[in-house]
Amino acid sequence: MRHTISVLVENKFGVLSRISGLFSGRGYNIESLSVGETIDPQVSVMTIVTAGDDWIIEQITKQLNKLIDVIKVVDMTELDHVEREMVMIKVAPRQEDKAEVLRITEIFRGRVVDSSQKTYTIEITGDEKKIAAILELLKPMGIKEFVRTGKIAISREGIKKS
Amino acid sequence: MKISGAEIFIESLKKEGVKYLFGYPGGVVLNIFDLLHDEKDVQLILTRHEQGAIHAADGFARATGKAGVALVTSGPGATNTVTGIATASMDSIPLVVFSGQVPTMLIGNDAFQEADIVGITRPCTKYNYLVKDVKDLAEIIKEAFYIATTGRPGPVLIDLPKDVTSGKADFVWPETVDMRTYKPTYEGNRYMINQAAHMIAKAKKPVIVAGGGVISSGASKELKELAEHTDIPVTMTLMGLGAFPGSHKLSLGMPGMHGTYFANKAIQESDLLVAVGMRFDDRVTGKISAFAPNAKIVHVDIDPTSIRKNVRVDVPIVGDVKKVLQSMNKVLREEVKEQWGEVRKAWLKQIGAWKAERPMSYDKDADIIKPQYVIEKIHELTKGDAIIATEVGQNQMWTAQFYKFDKPRTLLSSGGLGTMGYGFPAAIGAQFAFPHKLVIDVAGDGSIQMNIQELATAVINKLPVKVAILNNRFLGMVRQWQELFYQERYAHTKLEETCPDFVKIAEAYGAVGLRATKRSEVEPVLKEAFSIKRPVFMDFVIDWKEKVYPMVPAGAAIDEMLFLEQTKKSEKKLKAVK
Repeated sequence: MRHTISVLVENKFGVLSRISGLFSGRGYNIESLSVGETIDPQVSVMTIVTAGDDWIIEQITKQLNKLIDVIKVVDMTELDHVEREMVMIKVAPRQEDKAEVLRITEIFRGRVVDSSQKTYTIEITGDEKKIAAILELLKPMGIKEFVRTGKIAISREGIKKS
Repeated sequence: MKISGAEIFIESLKKEGVKYLFGYPGGVVLNIFDLLHDEKDVQLILTRHEQGAIHAADGFARATGKAGVALVTSGPGATNTVTGIATASMDSIPLVVFSGQVPTMLIGNDAFQEADIVGITRPCTKYNYLVKDVKDLAEIIKEAFYIATTGRPGPVLIDLPKDVTSGKADFVWPETVDMRTYKPTYEGNRYMINQAAHMIAKAKKPVIVAGGGVISSGASKELKELAEHTDIPVTMTLMGLGAFPGSHKLSLGMPGMHGTYFANKAIQESDLLVAVGMRFDDRVTGKISAFAPNAKIVHVDIDPTSIRKNVRVDVPIVGDVKKVLQSMNKVLREEVKEQWGEVRKAWLKQIGAWKAERPMSYDKDADIIKPQYVIEKIHELTKGDAIIATEVGQNQMWTAQFYKFDKPRTLLSSGGLGTMGYGFPAAIGAQFAFPHKLVIDVAGDGSIQMNIQELATAVINKLPVKVAILNNRFLGMVRQWQELFYQERYAHTKLEETCPDFVKIAEAYGAVGLRATKRSEVEPVLKEAFSIKRPVFMDFVIDWKEKVYPMVPAGAAIDEMLFLEQTKKSEKKLKAVK
């Protein structure tokens, strides 16, 4: 099963490679990883999407906690949380599809952030399903390339998953 | 007053009570070596290879329980320590390793003797540092010793660029360490401990499996109390040998691949395993799915990742073994009042029967030297009062099987990584810690050649360290596998044609060399060696055909053992297993 794990770490040099080295060294996979500063500039948060059965996820969580630079590990999957990812999609539609591309973008509340004679670059933010859906729709329109930020996640306040 | 980084380094080591530093000089650590030249309190022991230095520091750490310290130069000096760091990491041994580094402004430029040692050692250290500012040096050293020696111990590396050791700062030694990200759990969960105690009370066929964690936590007394109070037999993993007296009537010896028949039988039949400070290594468990099929498992370990990593666990207890066993013993004494003698009668009788059925044995009448005989003689002549190091392979297993380790910290052996060439430098390190103790490295003719240059270190420091080479002219353990699983095709394991004369090698270095070629010569050679207050190499020319038995083939369950006397039968069985 897929898990989104949020890892608070000391904002020190080498931390990213300690985390990624842990995953590669022990044969766990990383589907996506994003890193950024938190409200405390000495602390960064990494959002890692990984997959595995309960046995493996338990090991991953424990191994992360064991790393000296790790402050806290939260398996977001066990909490009520909001997750988002941003994608920038460069589409090169045929002339007759151009309007459709813009319409899809609008429906998904995306924005066109760059355009040329042959292409539109669309910015989309959303959860996994939304992003999968728009990619699916734009595919027949001619996607040239896309770039994803990787998922970030934050817990919802005051609600506990029953 | 501002002092140099090199001075801060030495002052910090003094604060940590470090007396010996094992190392090797080089360009970028000269600032420190220059100071060590006149230093009285901190002594640098020059080995003849950086691998020798790191293993010596490790041997020192295992024998004393304190952190072992090494100092090497950048690039090759640092990379030569990697095997030793990984060895210590696998066996949870506290080390603090200082490596020189090129000046900070050159880092990343592929400078002369530059290696990214922090990157290289990241997966095999508990933590590591690159010091970028001399102002941070004292605090980092304090933290490094703290991390290395607390929680589950392990090696920590500190990379010291040359400009950091020449740069100046005030020396401010932090008296305490408080890290928000590193707080090991020492106290076990009360509820779980209670539950474990009640399971012990209810169990009909319990077995304690003790590992190296009992030794690093200093919990031998508590373990003995638990075992004796509740009459539970104890088996010790390779790392746990000495944690519980090997000559005790409740001792089952070592379990696993080359474990005793009765230890493996007991585990497989048991209804409760109390695993303390051990991590269910594959050499202990054999085929996981067939391991201890009827047993509930209580697992005590300070490292949460050890629990439920390899085997299912019914009662996990994260904590320091000593503290957990203290609480457990208290509960057992005060709350669980059981007439253990009666309860255990049948189980101990069964174990006695297994012990009688297949005791550890070998051909005791042979005129040719049997390696087991040498080990038994060493035990007999030293009365067990010695520190024994081993190399890796048959020599290590025979030592584990036939030397009865009664006290903790008397066996120095690379268990997890299985590093050949470990034993001799480790013995040297231990001899520095205990100059008046008998320290013996049990070696093979293959292993000893992996760090034989350390003879120079032993000779120059007048160390009375002894090396017993079980010389079978083969890489014996690999040969044993080739014999049993590869149709006796001895690919690259025969060393005979090029086996050096170990007596002459010892003499060439200024040490003493002795040789025994038949059984009757073993005891005189050992006695003579033990009476000499200098390093001695003893070349025991042993029966090359001798194998380590019992043996559980890789991938088999631990009660599917092969024995000496059923080679023919076992070959058939082997084919079935394969």
